[in-house]
Amino acid sequence: MTEGAGSRTRLRAFLDRLRSGDEVAHLLTLIFASAIILITFLLVYELWQNSALSRHQFGWHFLLSRTWDPVSEDYGALPFVFGTTLTSALALLIGIPLGVGAAIFLAEMAPPRISDFLTFLIELLAAVPSVIFGLLGIFIVVPLLRTAVMPFLKKTLGFLPVFKGPIYGVSLFAAGVVLSIMIIPFIISISREVLLSVPADQREGALALGATKWESTWKVVVPYARTGIMGSVFLSLARALGETMAVTMVIGNDPKISASLFAPGYSIAAVIANEFSEATNPLYINALVELGLVLFLLTIILNALARLLILVTTRRATGHA
Amino acid sequence: MKKPKALVLFYVASVVLLIVGCLGITARIPAAPLAMPDSVLLNAAGATFPYPIYSKWFTEYNRLHPDIQINYQSIGSGGGIAQLKAGTVDFGASDMPLTDQMLSAFKVKVLHFPTVLGAIVPTYNVPGVTQELSFTPDAIAGIYLGKITNWNDPAIAQANKGVHLPAQDIVVVHRSDGSGTTFVWTDYLCKISKEWETKVGKNTSVSWPVGLGGKGNEGVTGLVKQTPGAIGYVELIYAVQNNIPFGRIQNAAGAFVKAELSSVTAAAAGVAKTMPEDFRVSITNSPGKAVYPVCSFTYLLIPLKIQDANKAKMIKGFLQWMLNDGQKDAEGLSYARLPKEIVTKELKQISMIQ
Repeated sequence: MTEGAGSRTRLRAFLDRLRSGDEVAHLLTLIFASAIILITFLLVYELWQNSALSRHQFGWHFLLSRTWDPVSEDYGALPFVFGTTLTSALALLIGIPLGVGAAIFLAEMAPPRISDFLTFLIELLAAVPSVIFGLLGIFIVVPLLRTAVMPFLKKTLGFLPVFKGPIYGVSLFAAGVVLSIMIIPFIISISREVLLSVPADQREGALALGATKWESTWKVVVPYARTGIMGSVFLSLARALGETMAVTMVIGNDPKISASLFAPGYSIAAVIANEFSEATNPLYINALVELGLVLFLLTIILNALARLLILVTTRRATGHA
Repeated sequence: MKKPKALVLFYVASVVLLIVGCLGITARIPAAPLAMPDSVLLNAAGATFPYPIYSKWFTEYNRLHPDIQINYQSIGSGGGIAQLKAGTVDFGASDMPLTDQMLSAFKVKVLHFPTVLGAIVPTYNVPGVTQELSFTPDAIAGIYLGKITNWNDPAIAQANKGVHLPAQDIVVVHRSDGSGTTFVWTDYLCKISKEWETKVGKNTSVSWPVGLGGKGNEGVTGLVKQTPGAIGYVELIYAVQNNIPFGRIQNAAGAFVKAELSSVTAAAAGVAKTMPEDFRVSITNSPGKAVYPVCSFTYLLIPLKIQDANKAKMIKGFLQWMLNDGQKDAEGLSYARLPKEIVTKELKQISMIQ
């Protein structure tokens, strides 16, 4: 009898907590959070399983091999890893100064009406589908690079190995430029938000201590917003690493490694998009899935390195503060 | 603070209703296009190259036989083969014949039925040259192997006397996506160049010695148009429909032939006598004076034994119609029709389907 009464009170207590809504909220949000983690695990599991043939055949050699030959069934990831990392790095190299600079202008220096209008336009840009950027790349960026920018670079800086070689237009350089056009709106809109959210007393404090407007912006406001700005850079890096259509239209699709930025290259996402649907034999498909796994790991590693970078610089900054 | 029990019951009831409603709606959505009662729906999938003519045939056939509906999805030759193997489609379509290795992976034996012919043409962008260029097999092989690197090379110039070829670097363009077009082009290169055969081989996707990759016929054409000195390969139909200038290639008999419907059909007629029983043959570089050397069949892949006797009858009926009447529609859409000898042989093969 007492047991029956005990369980009834426990049930009643649970129902009471449910009714209050807190328990429900706790449960639901826990389910959503675990769903994301579950999906990630499933993704890695599927990538792992479906690349089994290729992993057993090539082992670690897959990461170091430069060959990609569907006829003799010899596959290697190095040219694609090279192309993906190089184009993303180039995109960040171009995008970060331009993006952060523009964000600083919009947040700190521009009159509010201009700032709002330009921000609206930039956020529109961020929503444009990537295929459009690919078309922009083929019809505008590549001809411009081929006829004006690349010959100029070759003439002035042609002694550098990165600017040597024949100019085709489609190249790693073009892919880097198109990717930077795609990521700059992200960097601008997020960095601007973060800069605007820096408390006014920080700025006022700096100005009160005798800093000029630029000094207060560059030495006080931007460091305060550093974490947010780096967050926007991570997001852009993630987008650049995975970008498929825009890259395949302008990169030249040639799985070779070269020192020159003017040479065509290939990225992981581009080769998967191009070759997956017609790949019929199991080893070929497994090799492509293994490339997907490599991209996944590459993203994780680059993100981890970037976070490490923040940790180190923040610690150093706060250490000296 | 004590909320009425009815509220909890309301939450539970609404969730249950939502789930039941979703199940009900998904049950109603048909998985495939609805066939009319007493009618047969055949599902097919495969090559994108012949999609326009297949689309016309299936519509035309449905008009003549309203109880037969054929649903074709052009997901690519690879996709067609995979779906036929998985049994999700009744028959498939492929630009390439299946290799012995692929056939052995199938549970049922598969018959190949050539339907129409296609050709691949070389398109180029040489500054200052508006005339039609002629290419010898050695020139094509040399260019694609990366050995011939300039347009004024004697290998190209000797076939184009009277044309002023500038000292322009050659930019080779190929397909970046896996495709039957690449298969036929590399098959031709294997036949005309031992070096290509050993070094590169033939496949829907190969390891190209040199060149830029464009996605699809559009990608290749775009790159060729934009890059001075470029040369690429595209499907004849695509070149014709988009008014892209292309050159001639020297065939096995030594004549320089431009790809036209007649020269493409002649390529199949040239091999009709030596055609293997199962029609799995490459017709590139085939003998004959009026033959264009870079042609291929596109096939319908029909299982030898079809479970549903009704479907088997419908498929046989369609094939017969396609070979006798359907061929008339081919040339209107710029596809080359099958020569008579091949049609006769195929009609005999139809009787093999059970």
